Amino acid sequence: MAQTRGLQVTDLTVQIGGLKAVSGLNLELYPGELVGLIGPNGAGKTTVFNALTGFCAPCAGRVVFDTKDLTNKPPHVVAKHRLARTFQNIRLFKELSVLDNLKIAYHSNFKYSILSGILRSGQYHSQEKKANEFALEILELVGLADRAQDQAGTLSYGGQRKLEIARALVMKPKLLLLDEPAAGMNPFETAELVDLIYKVKKDFDLTVFLIEHDMDLVMNVCERLYVLDYGVLIGQGSVQEVRTNHKVIQAYLGEELLCQS
Amino acid sequence: MLNLKGPQGRWNFFMIAGILGLYGLIQLLAAAKILLSYHLQILSLACINIILVVSLNLIMGFTGQFSLGHAGFLAIGAYLSASLTVFYQLPFWLALIASGLAAAFVGVLIGLPALRLRGDYLAIATLGFGEIIRVIILNISAVGGPRGFTGIPRHTTFGLTYFLMIAAVVIIKNFIYSAHGRACISIREDETAAGSLGINTTYYKVVAFAIGAMFAGVAGALFSHYMQFISPTTGQIGFMRSVDILIMLVLGGLGNLTGSVVVAVFLTFLPEFLRGFAEYRMLIYPVLLLLMMLFRPEGLMGKTELSYSYLENIFSKFKRKGLRPDGTN
Amino acid sequence: MEWYALLIQQVINGLALGSVYSLIALGYTMVYGIIKLINFAHGEIYMLGAYFGFYAITVWKLHLAPALIISMALASLLGIVLERIAYKPLRNAPRIAALITAIGASLFLQSAAQFTFGANFKPFPQVIPFKRIALGPAYITNRQLIMFGVALILMVVLHIIVQYTRVGRAMRAVSLDKEAAMLMGINVDRIISFTFALGSSLAAAGGILVGMYYNRIDPYMGMMPGLKGFTAAVLGGIGVIPGAVIGGLIMGTAENLVVAFGSSTFRDAVAFAILILVLLLKPGGLLGKSENEKV
Repeated sequence: MAQTRGLQVTDLTVQIGGLKAVSGLNLELYPGELVGLIGPNGAGKTTVFNALTGFCAPCAGRVVFDTKDLTNKPPHVVAKHRLARTFQNIRLFKELSVLDNLKIAYHSNFKYSILSGILRSGQYHSQEKKANEFALEILELVGLADRAQDQAGTLSYGGQRKLEIARALVMKPKLLLLDEPAAGMNPFETAELVDLIYKVKKDFDLTVFLIEHDMDLVMNVCERLYVLDYGVLIGQGSVQEVRTNHKVIQAYLGEELLCQS
Repeated sequence: MLNLKGPQGRWNFFMIAGILGLYGLIQLLAAAKILLSYHLQILSLACINIILVVSLNLIMGFTGQFSLGHAGFLAIGAYLSASLTVFYQLPFWLALIASGLAAAFVGVLIGLPALRLRGDYLAIATLGFGEIIRVIILNISAVGGPRGFTGIPRHTTFGLTYFLMIAAVVIIKNFIYSAHGRACISIREDETAAGSLGINTTYYKVVAFAIGAMFAGVAGALFSHYMQFISPTTGQIGFMRSVDILIMLVLGGLGNLTGSVVVAVFLTFLPEFLRGFAEYRMLIYPVLLLLMMLFRPEGLMGKTELSYSYLENIFSKFKRKGLRPDGTN
Repeated sequence: MEWYALLIQQVINGLALGSVYSLIALGYTMVYGIIKLINFAHGEIYMLGAYFGFYAITVWKLHLAPALIISMALASLLGIVLERIAYKPLRNAPRIAALITAIGASLFLQSAAQFTFGANFKPFPQVIPFKRIALGPAYITNRQLIMFGVALILMVVLHIIVQYTRVGRAMRAVSLDKEAAMLMGINVDRIISFTFALGSSLAAAGGILVGMYYNRIDPYMGMMPGLKGFTAAVLGGIGVIPGAVIGGLIMGTAENLVVAFGSSTFRDAVAFAILILVLLLKPGGLLGKSENEKV
């Protein structure tokens, strides 16, 4: 077993209802990298994220993160290994306050027992205080500090995307998986998002793996890319390499366009 | 532990004073024969109902797990405690603890497999479990079978139910406002997201089920040792009882503890003091339930909880208004 | 009676009762398939169907067949009204709210029946003189034959409606994808009403058949058969029409066998035991497929 840190995915195959959504996927992320996962609609990108974070069980292959085997581990165990994610269709706790959203994500860092929670022990008070402070710190970072007491559902679309990233950051992750973070954002919000990604990556010493359709964003921020089509890896490498990869162009533009040009 | 400093501390102090004061007042009125044993019985039943509703609130209102078998846990507590005091002459406090633990244990036993189910399937499965518990009791002749369990000693006093009710409310409230309670709430809000944030959803569902079942078991023990008789009818320990508890919970608001307490007291008193109401009860409650779901699904109290921060909010609004007489901000 | 004769007799009794469970289960399964709601009040419609039949026979002096048809028509109307008042406004509400409403509707109909018809049971008029027909070592009664016969005819009619008519095709479309069906010009509200009407009429027929079979009806008679019908629907695979039929027959047989060879007090526990086992071991049911939640 390779004892390198980071994420190693070997021969990952996921079947959904008799259909191979991902087959024989190999990929590797080194600590501190910012890597993109792209591909046409329905290529299996989100399925890869789901398999990495324990939301669907791969039928073959292995997922190793930080030298620990995470294959077939349930989501909460994956999360405890400091692998955080966001969702394509934003899954905030919309009825709860912004602050509570973050404090729920702080869960694994709370060490007091159910009993000391009920008895309101000193541990309870000190840890709740710490959680509050940390959550506010993160909110400050993403620029939502003044909305801490508001209901998460009342934030703007861009604000909700930011909050979801903030919520993932509260878990103190080592690897952050972002599923279409810029979807539905206007150019201004997207620019803000890019800054945010750079900032948190540096401040938290993060590895970032992101799915995105906004090619400007992808080409701008990603150091390396993996390209998926019909569940199969059809290209990888630097932005330049992927841009000139024949198979990738074909997948994106289709056969005819290629012939015409 | 208990904070008695600062404004929150003052609030805590007033709450404790209020709880003890109410108890003192009731005992005083009872000593002066203004409150008769009939009134004390209604008050005790109100306390028992509060325990039941608040504990179901933890399972359904806060954790979002639809349970239609809550009376099953009450049945376990009622019958087990009665068997222990009648057949084994165990002291009541021991029987009370045993009831709570046994109900919690059954809660875990049922919860582990059942909580894999979602929504209405879980509701039906818990209904089934509750009825199976009732049918089993119906078939145990030692506890009276279908005739019911008679000759249970009267160990429950108003004071005991009152303070156990306070304990149940405080314990569940503190649980809810801890990291563990937030984990439960996150399951209600979005189970998938909760899992992705490192919350072991199965564990917390079972915990909520166990705590809820435990208090229902304690309520059952209090009930059987107050009424001195318990029968395995659906209205006392079966589906209809579960529905009774559910109605109180829904009217008070899923996820609202203040509402649970207020409605449990109100709906226990109403049929006793409003003559003829008891008869039309089951015609009126369903209509209320329907109107509630249509127009105010969050319950009578909405999201408002009686707490220090709530009063502080109202107070600060007053102050602001006072500073700006024209009403602008 | 020899044990095998008893066995055959109980299977016959079980299948007769089971055919009624199937009728109830069909209503559950169709409604669930289309609006994903457990219509808790379905058992009460079955009960009211029995009362409609009762009054049609005793007051209007009708024979069984016309009474059956009138009762089914009234129950259809009731089903439509119930859906419009109680369920339609909550179609986009959280499922927990819809389910609470369904429980409320069930309680309301039960108490309303209790006020209108009285809490005590009524003897169901003996329209069909009792006859016993030998069947090997066991017997089958003419009433059981009527139960089988009526249930079978109704199932065939239902099958034709669902599979070979325009409205049946629309029903199937709505149950697959409500939005898509709407875009195709299907009046979804009308289809849902039609589904409730269809399911309610089958339940009412079941109510009359059971009233005739046991010779008595009461306002609480709907609760247990309702839950058993639901169990049958789950057992066969909810949303699957043939599954509901098979589920009902299995439930009826299992129940009668437990009563014959075990204890009658466990009669109702059987249904719940089956329900829980199915939910835990094969939540999709015998003929259904399991679904995964999309992340």
